[in-house]
Amino acid sequence: MKLFYSCVFALCICTSAFAQKCQLSFKGKVIDSHDNQPLIGASLQIVNENKYATTNANGSFEFKNICKGKYTVIVRHVSCKTKEIKINIIKDIYKEVTLEHHLNQLNEVVIKTTSKTDKINIEQSIKKDIIDSYTDKSLGDALSTLSGVSSLNTGSTIVKPMIHGLHSSRLLIINNNVRMFDQEWGDEHAPNIDVNSSERINVIKGANTLKYGSDAVGGLILIKPKKYAAIDSLFGRTTASFNSNGLGGNINSEIIKTYKSGWYSKLQANYKRFGDFKASNYSLTNSGLKNLNTSIRIGYNGYEKGFNAFYSLVDNELAILQSSHIGNVNDLVNALNNKTPRVADDFSYDINFPKQSIVHHIGKIEAYKRLKGLGKLSVQYDLQVNRRKEFDLRRGNLKNTPVIDLRLFTNSLQTNLEIDFSDDLKFDTGILARYQQNDAISGTGSSPLIPDFEKIDAGFYTVANYNINETTEINAGFRYDYSKIDARKLYNLNDWNVKYNYDALFPEFETGEIIGTRIITKPKYTFHNISASVGFSKFYENDLSLLINYGLASRVPNPSELFSDGLHHSAARIETGLLTMEKEIANKIIISLEKVNSNFGFTISPYFKQINNFIQLIPVGITTTVRGAFPVWEYNQINAQIFGIDIDVNKKINTHFNYRGSISLLQGNNVSDDLALIHMPSTNFTNTLSYTNKKLNQLTISLNQKTVFQQKRYPDYNFYTYNAILQQNVFVDLSTTPPTYSLFGFNSSAIFKTFKRGELKLEFNIENLFNVSYRENLNRQRYFADELGRNFNLKIKINY
Amino acid sequence: MKNIKTVSTIKLLAILFISSLTITSCSKSDDDDDHHDEELITTVTYTLTNGNNVVTLKFVDLDGEGGADGTYSVSGPLSANTTYTGVIKLENETESPAEDITVEVKQEGDEHEFFYSSSVSGLTVTKNDTDGNGNPVGIETSLTTTGAGSGTLTVTLKHEPTKPNNNTTAGAGGSTDAEVTFNISVQ
Repeated sequence: MKLFYSCVFALCICTSAFAQKCQLSFKGKVIDSHDNQPLIGASLQIVNENKYATTNANGSFEFKNICKGKYTVIVRHVSCKTKEIKINIIKDIYKEVTLEHHLNQLNEVVIKTTSKTDKINIEQSIKKDIIDSYTDKSLGDALSTLSGVSSLNTGSTIVKPMIHGLHSSRLLIINNNVRMFDQEWGDEHAPNIDVNSSERINVIKGANTLKYGSDAVGGLILIKPKKYAAIDSLFGRTTASFNSNGLGGNINSEIIKTYKSGWYSKLQANYKRFGDFKASNYSLTNSGLKNLNTSIRIGYNGYEKGFNAFYSLVDNELAILQSSHIGNVNDLVNALNNKTPRVADDFSYDINFPKQSIVHHIGKIEAYKRLKGLGKLSVQYDLQVNRRKEFDLRRGNLKNTPVIDLRLFTNSLQTNLEIDFSDDLKFDTGILARYQQNDAISGTGSSPLIPDFEKIDAGFYTVANYNINETTEINAGFRYDYSKIDARKLYNLNDWNVKYNYDALFPEFETGEIIGTRIITKPKYTFHNISASVGFSKFYENDLSLLINYGLASRVPNPSELFSDGLHHSAARIETGLLTMEKEIANKIIISLEKVNSNFGFTISPYFKQINNFIQLIPVGITTTVRGAFPVWEYNQINAQIFGIDIDVNKKINTHFNYRGSISLLQGNNVSDDLALIHMPSTNFTNTLSYTNKKLNQLTISLNQKTVFQQKRYPDYNFYTYNAILQQNVFVDLSTTPPTYSLFGFNSSAIFKTFKRGELKLEFNIENLFNVSYRENLNRQRYFADELGRNFNLKIKINY
Repeated sequence: MKNIKTVSTIKLLAILFISSLTITSCSKSDDDDDHHDEELITTVTYTLTNGNNVVTLKFVDLDGEGGADGTYSVSGPLSANTTYTGVIKLENETESPAEDITVEVKQEGDEHEFFYSSSVSGLTVTKNDTDGNGNPVGIETSLTTTGAGSGTLTVTLKHEPTKPNNNTTAGAGGSTDAEVTFNISVQ
């Protein structure tokens, strides 16, 4: 017998015989336990009292004039398992009731701002309409609209998301349930994700991330595709955008076919092209990009079982500001002293050197089966290939040869079992096996920054969720991971024997083979990682809730922290990893007080992180080469503390006007050296005032403002270097941070009905309205050029 | 039937995983592609000749950037009130035979330029060669000394400088490919 429509009835009677005061009320909300959507039209019956209530469009219900006492309430909904709950009413109460809404799984999931990946998570999300407005931008740009999320940039096109000041290997990015491995360790390696292929992006700041890995020291970014309804349909949409700054834009198209049987398929493609961008006063020569993405998804969505297969290709070619290619510390000093970049040519679409070219493939196949009376078992295999080429300004026949050419191959097999037969106690458990191989492709004519290595990971996790009562939930999880790294790398003999003393520290890595001035070594590492999390959530009346998360995370040092060894031209620095790196261990606690309501809502979320063995990259001195002097940046380990608070507020002023605001405050301390932590985001706040008129083509006009204060707390790693030409010491100011800036923006949109089913949305936006010239502390190119100037943007979106 | 299908899907996934492991393990050839820096400049030699009077200024850093610091050597003092014919040579001595990088610089003369600057008063260097556009390159030079004194001579190779320029590194911009400073004396 199919479970789809069946509803099981159960009764229990327990009424009280106490003296009664019959003016109490029992209010609440019925939601779907799978996705936290409100359930409309659920009926509630108080047993033996002949009292009934039905949920409205918000899933809310109310019983009035109830006497004090203990009651049993039966909650029914047409497409789910009937549930009975026991309550003890001594005063007015508010309760949230969850139902297993199985049928909903087959339907299109309507996304609301309030829905979360998991009720207990401390997370923020951006929905499709916001993602759409970033169609021609990057993931990092879209995410930095959220409080507590900033970005580490290299120019304007390489944007790495940053949560609470942490980035790169400390953030897990999960794309379509596949953990991204795209050489995310480098500061100038942006995630290879096309925002257009996603339906929703969640940022989990809290600790409930064990399902995906043990190393989410900073947090988790979850990119989710859309679930389609099981109906016979064919639909699609196309978005085109054009920008005045960079004279470029983006075109994205997707087409979806769904069947009543549950089968579906989706094809999406996206092409983006920009020429040189402009700062407010000059052209940023060689800053354009060329980008082609495509994804295909097919699957079968059934209640008892289903599967899906997904393939995505991201092909990026990114120009790097020509002025940022410098030779030595004197060139850097020149750049610091000159207010304008050394090259500012006329506009061009050419992508010259230096540049990056990255191709990323993801393929995955996932199948699930519901096991009667137990839960849902899913198995997934995924494969990723990342090929990264970085081209620099070179001489002679190496001109068109990349300086860095790396291929990272990752594949994983994972299973997950959701045990959800009990309404109050649920488990999520799984195992993972992963094999990874990096190949530093030969023929670059330079020593690789990251060597050849192989990595094996294996792990298992269990997370338990327990509903203490209808409004209180606790959650606890545990994860164990094993990692093994086998690398092969050539070291400079002098570095190996003298500078780092590795011959005494790691004699077991030596192979005995020496080529010229270099020694072949085979570093091997094994790590055991334990991570854990505990969560608590409590829901109150008036949409108010309190969430508390604690997490223990441990992160294995990444290949660049261990092995990187060489010159980074674009940054004019030598970066050195150390074989002595140990794993990073973080304890974090985050609290969130939330009121989710469109009339007036807020989130107040303080957090504290203690990170032991925190790996940072800092300037440590100068080395002399044939090119002259170079600053040396070395990875080292310290104990760090990061704490702060994110506040978001939304308020409906009247039917047409809405206000939204947010502020993020953060402080990072290098406790070991009693200094501020390097590269921490400064205090920033945003305000948005919007006007909406639903009757007039859903016209929306909004004005927004963002202010980023100067980071006054920074470690001073400035130094002097002798300039032989000038015959004097010159000051190298790498640390002083750029001043405070404020940006204003304008957005407007309207929707027009076109043909029978279709609609057309027009958008006109202005970014950096007043063409402010400014520099951002968290942009690696802040030494060389200003950020982008004013941009006019036009978008056309057609649904059909 | 349904169960069999799911089980076979899972089996298929497992087979895929295992086979991909084997495939990649196979493809991982132990070819030990030992990358080395082909662009490296290990040696800068500035040879100054006036008849039999030859002075050689040499910078050598055989293990390249990082590793041990480079070493400077100057064969002897320069004579006062003398004009020397100067030739600069850049080499990569990690290659065998050593690669003469000056050849590449000459070929791409329009993208490169050498700059010479000295703290010794009265010491001047003029560039005697030009690129295709008639701008100086600075591989071939004349160095003229006046009175006695001692100080430094800095040789800089710029990539993509502004050409023509005011003959200073600051004015030329570009990025530095080589910069070496010799301690010299004029007697």
